[in-house]
Amino acid sequence: MSAASKTEPKKRVALVLAQFETAADVIHAAAKVRDAGYNCWDTHTPFPIHGMDKAMGLPDSRVGWLVLGGALTGLTAGFAMMWWMNGVDYPTVVGGKPPFTTPSMVPVLFELTVLFSSFAAVFGMFGLNKLPRHHHPIFESDRFRSATDDKFFISIEAEDPKFNADKVRSLFEGANAKHVEVLEEEVEA
Amino acid sequence: MGYYEPLQELDEAYLVAPGSTLAEVTEDIASVTENAAPRGWWIVFMGALSLLALFGGTVGYLFYRGVGVWGNSSPTYWAWDITNFVWWVGIGHAGTLISAVLFLFRQKWRTGINRFAEAMTIFAVMCALIFPGIHVGRPWVLQWMFPLPNQMSLWPNFKSPLLWDLFAVGTYFTVSAMFWFVGLIPDLATLRDRSINKWRQRIYGFLALGWRGSNRHWQNYERTYMILAALSTPLVLSVHSVVSFDFATSVIPGWHTTIFPPYFVAGAVFSGFAMVMTLLLVSRTVFKLHRVVLMRHLELMNKIMLLTGMLVGYAYAMEFFVAWYSGNEYERYVFVNRAFGPYAWAYWTMISCNVLSPQVFWFKKLRRNIPVMFVVSIVINIGMWFERFVIIVTSLHRDFLPSAWGMFSPTVIDLTTYLGTMGVFFTLFMLFLRWLPAVAISEVKGTMPQADPHHHDLVPEGAE
Repeated sequence: MSAASKTEPKKRVALVLAQFETAADVIHAAAKVRDAGYNCWDTHTPFPIHGMDKAMGLPDSRVGWLVLGGALTGLTAGFAMMWWMNGVDYPTVVGGKPPFTTPSMVPVLFELTVLFSSFAAVFGMFGLNKLPRHHHPIFESDRFRSATDDKFFISIEAEDPKFNADKVRSLFEGANAKHVEVLEEEVEA
Repeated sequence: MGYYEPLQELDEAYLVAPGSTLAEVTEDIASVTENAAPRGWWIVFMGALSLLALFGGTVGYLFYRGVGVWGNSSPTYWAWDITNFVWWVGIGHAGTLISAVLFLFRQKWRTGINRFAEAMTIFAVMCALIFPGIHVGRPWVLQWMFPLPNQMSLWPNFKSPLLWDLFAVGTYFTVSAMFWFVGLIPDLATLRDRSINKWRQRIYGFLALGWRGSNRHWQNYERTYMILAALSTPLVLSVHSVVSFDFATSVIPGWHTTIFPPYFVAGAVFSGFAMVMTLLLVSRTVFKLHRVVLMRHLELMNKIMLLTGMLVGYAYAMEFFVAWYSGNEYERYVFVNRAFGPYAWAYWTMISCNVLSPQVFWFKKLRRNIPVMFVVSIVINIGMWFERFVIIVTSLHRDFLPSAWGMFSPTVIDLTTYLGTMGVFFTLFMLFLRWLPAVAISEVKGTMPQADPHHHDLVPEGAE
């Protein structure tokens, strides 16, 4: 929405957005979109809907594997740090205990494992979801504001090889959509 | 999702006032941040700001003069500062318990109160971290606590429980803050989409990271949320355990006991729930959140307080038993001295507040009575403060040799430091209530009948 620019920017269709009224409608429509063989599409809901992953045919989330990596990193890094600092670089005897000793490492190893796992979980989730992303053609829709309130949406992107705006529209209309709109994005010069 | 779709066919009780629509829930919670603050908010906020100023002055004076301005002296070198540290960390625990442990146990009722409790955790842990920070005496070399290269080429001693504590509380704060922020993202997007002016749209829009409610995102988001809950559960148990190691690994009679880790954790949950209750009752009234915070939530919390109060009572009894059973005369003396010595008044305050006062929750009438639960929640936190005071001061003030015995009496600066951290806490909490969604909007919606895709299959047309 660059009202300031002098020449009218070139635009192309970015996606088709359909609005649904209930969780049941959107989940049934999602199953239809899945069966129609689209790839670049998504559902947008104010809260996660039980069964939607299956209705969309999504594979399992990969966050868990990233967390495993984070956990192993934290554990190894913590062990290496304490071994090197207290055992190698500057050994000190405190309370008659050997400079390098494993039992007293347990609390710090545990905490660092948890810390690195949590970093992996949170930042891994951002990475997989490609967030933050503050600009997206879907935000051009005023109706889409209610996707975080009480309405449910499905979007099919123009990037999809099977994309055809008219076919998509009739697919949505046949799936009990309350409103269908075509959203455009600016083409970079 | 799975865990909190409402099981209407099992006649589960409603978690949101029956008949509410999704839009009404959004409106109730989001409008708090949009409307002018009610007078009650200003009264509390101004009070909190005054205490915050007191905190600034006190800590400035402390840094200028040194820790001698506190009452700490031989043999009680740990006194109010560490009491306050343990008290604040403990209060934080309920937040994680509600947000993580109850999440794993599929306790859907947590959605009404988890955001509150998580915010409380973060602010309480911040207050807690202040105390060891200002107690070190030379706060300008605070970085020596961390494993960072310094001019002496020395590294921290990783065999010290005090260092474990730094890692435990530091990790706890970081993980809790991330957990809280992840939970906030969808709700920040709700606020962004309701924006009534450009600034709100920019600020909430920036913080919401461009969230668009995508199911591909929800999938990773929910997995992350579950993993964070699973990580936070052992973390929260470890934190107060490690705090108790500060005491338990020493050779001071009254501290050197194996019951400390579970006893500290139970006490932490107990005091944390009491603090959540105090804050919740006030906010619910001031911001009219009756649609999402029901009597059922309050009653369940009271039951948890009854349980943890009795766990704490059991630990008090067991400490006495073990002191007698150990046959160690120093250990026995410490406990007799606690109950009948010069600090007996503190000991019996602790027993009455923590063990006796929650017993009123055996009665359904009292468990569902708001003035009663408000008073008890405050009494419990007074009692839990005295518990830490009793553990720390009574164990230290009678050293092994009578020539090293002493008494501790706090100074005005001790008192103002403590009240000052109340200012830190309530200032942050009031700002949170005013500017962020105080109840997890998207999670509450997930517990409503409309969230169930089969809702309409089960309810005949027009029956609602």
